[in-house]
Amino acid sequence: MVEFFGETLFTYAVVPLVKIIAAIIVVLTIIAYTTFAERKILGFLQVRTGPNRVGPWGLFQPIADVAKLLGKEDVIPNRAVKWAYVLAPCLVVGPALLILSVIPYGPPSAEGTIPSWFITDVNAGLLLVVAIASIGVYGLILGGWASNNKFSMLGGLRAAAQMISYEVPQGFSLIVPVLMAGTLSLVGIVEAQLTQGRWFIFGFFPFGLLAFFIYFVAGVAESNRNPFDLPEAESELVAGFHTEYSGMRFALFFLGEYANMIVISAVAVTMFLGGWLRPFPSVGWLSFLNLAFLPAGLAGFLWFLIKLLSFLFVYIWFRGTFPRYRFDQLMDLGWKWLIPTALLSVVATALWKVLI
Amino acid sequence: MVEVDSSSLSSDTLFGVEEMEINFGPQHPATHGVLRLKLKVDGERIVDCYPVIGYLHRGTEKLFELHPFFQNVPHTDRLDYVAAATNNLAYVGAVEKLLGLVVPPRASYIRTLLSELQRISSHLIWLATHAIDIGAMTPFFYTFREREIVLDLFEEYCGARLTLNCMRPGGQPYDLPVGWVERCAEFIEDFPGKIDEYEGLLTENRIWKKRTVGIGILTPEVALEYGVTGPMLRGSGIQLDVRKAMPYEMYDQVDFDVPVFYNCDTYDRYLVRIEEMRQSVRIVRQCLEKLPEGPIMGKRPRVLKAPKEGDVYHAVEAPKGEIGFYIVGNGTPNPHRCRVRPPSLYNIQVLPEMVVGGLIADLIAVIGTTDIVLGEVDR
Repeated sequence: MVEFFGETLFTYAVVPLVKIIAAIIVVLTIIAYTTFAERKILGFLQVRTGPNRVGPWGLFQPIADVAKLLGKEDVIPNRAVKWAYVLAPCLVVGPALLILSVIPYGPPSAEGTIPSWFITDVNAGLLLVVAIASIGVYGLILGGWASNNKFSMLGGLRAAAQMISYEVPQGFSLIVPVLMAGTLSLVGIVEAQLTQGRWFIFGFFPFGLLAFFIYFVAGVAESNRNPFDLPEAESELVAGFHTEYSGMRFALFFLGEYANMIVISAVAVTMFLGGWLRPFPSVGWLSFLNLAFLPAGLAGFLWFLIKLLSFLFVYIWFRGTFPRYRFDQLMDLGWKWLIPTALLSVVATALWKVLI
Repeated sequence: MVEVDSSSLSSDTLFGVEEMEINFGPQHPATHGVLRLKLKVDGERIVDCYPVIGYLHRGTEKLFELHPFFQNVPHTDRLDYVAAATNNLAYVGAVEKLLGLVVPPRASYIRTLLSELQRISSHLIWLATHAIDIGAMTPFFYTFREREIVLDLFEEYCGARLTLNCMRPGGQPYDLPVGWVERCAEFIEDFPGKIDEYEGLLTENRIWKKRTVGIGILTPEVALEYGVTGPMLRGSGIQLDVRKAMPYEMYDQVDFDVPVFYNCDTYDRYLVRIEEMRQSVRIVRQCLEKLPEGPIMGKRPRVLKAPKEGDVYHAVEAPKGEIGFYIVGNGTPNPHRCRVRPPSLYNIQVLPEMVVGGLIADLIAVIGTTDIVLGEVDR
């Protein structure tokens, strides 16, 4: 049998490939139905019905949307810089989907059983996540610049400033669970939460909670969602960096935004909310929450999914409730409040760990 | 030590880069119609702002001269198209003054009722668009839910929802339909609770306050110089309301307060309009109680002919400020000249004073707070 780095062809290539395809299909479905859920939930919040024409209860609406967007003319403005204009949407979607490769959706397998519930476990996984996530901003800047439209350019500038400033507190807040776990591997971090018997959001109270809060606020800003949706602020910049985009290229930006939401929520779940663990993993009498009757790992995946979807709900809820921050106020919030607080929680956690 | 000339700093741009010129509108989601602003921006900061109007010019004032007094009422609907009743009222009031017609009290009460309902619906549109411009999406749908009820009341009364054409020189064309008073009273009972709902979403919202407090300062002096009227003026601490200053129709028969706030910013103008809606509720309630029986159309000649000599100016308090008609008669059934004094035209001129030095996001908030309707800016 041919061997690849000590593995058979099957375990080296086929299994990961199947996992990758499965992950992308599942995530794309979640994205499609997040747009649907967003419209339904917003409809519920805003005394209207939301989509209800296509299929029962409007359930086929996302499919109809995609079909429509695929059928649209794909306009490239005459004065646009063509290669950058075409590249930009890919730069937004690509990295977001790439991060999915290191997210642990469920527990690792015991030796010799079915494959584990993640594509790969990198020992510097978190570093990889942060590094890849910061590529996404290039897509927005390039898109805004290449469109050769003043509104797009302003949107691109806003996106650049916003995402770069919010990566700092986000990075700092992620250090807190890393300090608690002592590893950068995402699987390792979840397992550390199991061995320590608590989600890291409750660890080193209140610094875990503080870090989680900062991470989530920065995450909302990173994914350009309300109340931080300045780069595409409809009433100010028409549509911001994607003003000139149409058809499937626009859809890619849209996809990227939602993929980012999912990635940020997934990282938050992994780092702070115990990934695939049930609530209160150390409390014995709650062990029925392990859902042991399900096939191996599926229960963990379900818990992961529930946590992920609640995050997405909060994102949508925000959109129904908040007005939009102003550009300079957004920067104020990031640099004057989030970064010092994040630094504080990092230092406090480190001291706590060393001294106590 | 290097001397820095501070006067040149304000006009200098960051890093000496050229300022960018942006054509903001006429097709832009936040310019409320076809307002075009020539902006000079340094990054996001507005260095210069020049409003360009005229994209909706339809020659309404000329049209007035071509039709008899009676047929001009529909043209007034299309001035401020979200507040047709008050436009009608200003025009028929001017014609009645010119021709010396007397309006029976019932008709007068109905007019007061309609114009206050119109104020509520216009302020609801303002709140909806203002909030959605600042990024709060939900108030839009809440306000449109209530506006729908007001429009239904209008539809029941005169058949139209937007371009009402609901007044005639000398009185009212129709009496209130059966059950209208009860339905209106029901709405008026519900409505204050709904205002609380909007306020719950916005008034104490931190982000809302951050976006509006201290933004778009309009000092009383500047406001008076530019002839600003309405809620804009009252948000700058000047208590001027045509309903109190020169009472028309039944406004001297009802009890209401004119809200005034003194901080001259967008937030205070927001508070003024919210309070005005509550006061409108009070007025409508009193009108419904006092509504007398009687004729709805006064005595008037078969052909409305202006006197040979004479001109007249009549103003009413529209939701956006003072709307006035200046009519010159020449002895024919048509006006010789009819000049409209629309509040939005004056309120928009002050825009550059309020936005220069601010950010693009502030411009959006300020456009929202001026509550302009381009239909009456370009008559």
